Amino acid sequence: METKELARRIRKHAVEMTHASHASHIGSVLSIADIVAVLYNDILHYDVSAPKWEERDRLVLSKGHAGIAIYAVLAECGFFSVSELDDYYQDGSPYSGHVSHKGVPGVEISTGSLGHGAAIACGMALGGKAKKKDFHVYVIVGDGECEEGVIWETAMIASQQHLDNFTIIVDANKMQGMGDCKDATALYPLTEKWESFGFHTINVDDGNDVEQLQKAFKNHVPGKPRCVIANTVKGKGISFMENDILWHFRDPQGEQYEQAVRELEALR
Amino acid sequence: MRTTVIEQLKELAKEDDKIALITGDSGYSVVETFIEKYPERCFNMGINEQATASIAAGMALEGYKVYVYGIGNFPTLRCLEQIRNDICYHNAEVTILATGGGFAYGQLGMSHHATEEVAAMRPFENMRIYMPADPKEAVSALNDSYSHHGPAYIRLGRGHDEKIYDSSIKVDVTKAISFYDTSDINVFASGTVLAEAVDAVKTLKDKGVNIGLYSFPRVKPLDTETIIQVAEKCKTIVTVEEHSTIGGFGSAVAETVSGMCGNRAQVVRLGLNDTFTSVVGSQAYLRNYYGISSDKILACIENIV
Repeated sequence: METKELARRIRKHAVEMTHASHASHIGSVLSIADIVAVLYNDILHYDVSAPKWEERDRLVLSKGHAGIAIYAVLAECGFFSVSELDDYYQDGSPYSGHVSHKGVPGVEISTGSLGHGAAIACGMALGGKAKKKDFHVYVIVGDGECEEGVIWETAMIASQQHLDNFTIIVDANKMQGMGDCKDATALYPLTEKWESFGFHTINVDDGNDVEQLQKAFKNHVPGKPRCVIANTVKGKGISFMENDILWHFRDPQGEQYEQAVRELEALR
Repeated sequence: MRTTVIEQLKELAKEDDKIALITGDSGYSVVETFIEKYPERCFNMGINEQATASIAAGMALEGYKVYVYGIGNFPTLRCLEQIRNDICYHNAEVTILATGGGFAYGQLGMSHHATEEVAAMRPFENMRIYMPADPKEAVSALNDSYSHHGPAYIRLGRGHDEKIYDSSIKVDVTKAISFYDTSDINVFASGTVLAEAVDAVKTLKDKGVNIGLYSFPRVKPLDTETIIQVAEKCKTIVTVEEHSTIGGFGSAVAETVSGMCGNRAQVVRLGLNDTFTSVVGSQAYLRNYYGISSDKILACIENIV
């Protein structure tokens, strides 16, 4: 499957799953759909028949509220059946709104409280170094999530430990719960911050562009952890959701649902 | 106690190359011998308890048994959500070694008085909790937590904790340790404050009071079998802990007894009674101030008698 098609399918699942379950956070899922598609199609080493394969690369979704993207990509890649996605948000289901590892093959860890996943991933990278394994640990954080102090605690430690097997991907869509990041804290400029914390920092101008992301993940400096700042669009791929914070919360119903489906079908 | 525990950890690390020690920029003059022996498995993460707790979880998920060393409230309350979500929910093999339990750093003020952290961690699934009273209990606690898959909290004292047990006695923290047993009043103590209870009980025995004494080094899982056996036959159980009476060891005993049918002992809990400390002083001073010195335990029991 082409990476762009995988990203389109993730978006389609996002529309269907939030529509069926009345779940929120579709804007965040659409924001990272291309990042996740590139990682699973072009970058990560894994074995769907052995999700805990010791040599696999690890991906942690620290912005756990975008969990649909992970469930969807894992299903599309064959970790479990696509029909399982119907259980998302349902009574008694393991497919929680925030990504969960229990009962879901391929999910490394459960997250939902912002900042935690980045530090756990850092510990996995440290563990990989300590046991002299070659796997790489990727973690996706939101730009708003970078307001958490623990992100910068983690950054100092990863840099101190020279974790060149560790990549933080910042989903930089410039939006957070109540609106624009710039209206909440002095979060930006992010590039200089990550560089000053000792990370090999790569700015991806269009973080929803598959080719640009593929190129960024091949850019590596030995001895340094890496930060890929993906300048994304929240709600990317569905015209009326783009850059509208409403879609951090609303689920598509009625004509909006129909239009979202039409727009994604047109990309086939 | 803390030095003894680090020495024992070194012994375990001899045979197990997956043991790693993380310090949060603390342990000066305590952890150095481990660092010298196993530099590749020892990390000073700096002053960042939240990242440290999650990183420990991440290392544990990669197959390490990670020991996090810090002072009282910092590797516990400061990163409580990381302990809940990252360590306990993932059943990660992380053992928190906190020095300075209770009033061990009495003069340093309330920030350094660890008096609620056991209550904070008791509800977390998978978490094992130990409050050893002396170096022998501490070594047994370390060994017990090591042999178990999952997270643990071991609350240590400081450098000069009283030795309770004779060197010939074998201590097993998985069960309550009986000093004396009676059908009248039994004292249950947990942690280094056991030394105060030992003194109080000895004095009362000399005065002819029919009184028993048990140490409970492991608070979770708790030896409920012994608690039920004792509570079935005696009138009063007095719990003693250097901790709040809300949610800690005394609460755990009361919860066990409250679930019993028929005749059962009354449970009297000694500890900090829903209060923060607002004065400083030596550990002995603060124990007396908050009602858990040997004199205060003695007075409480004489009042019951």
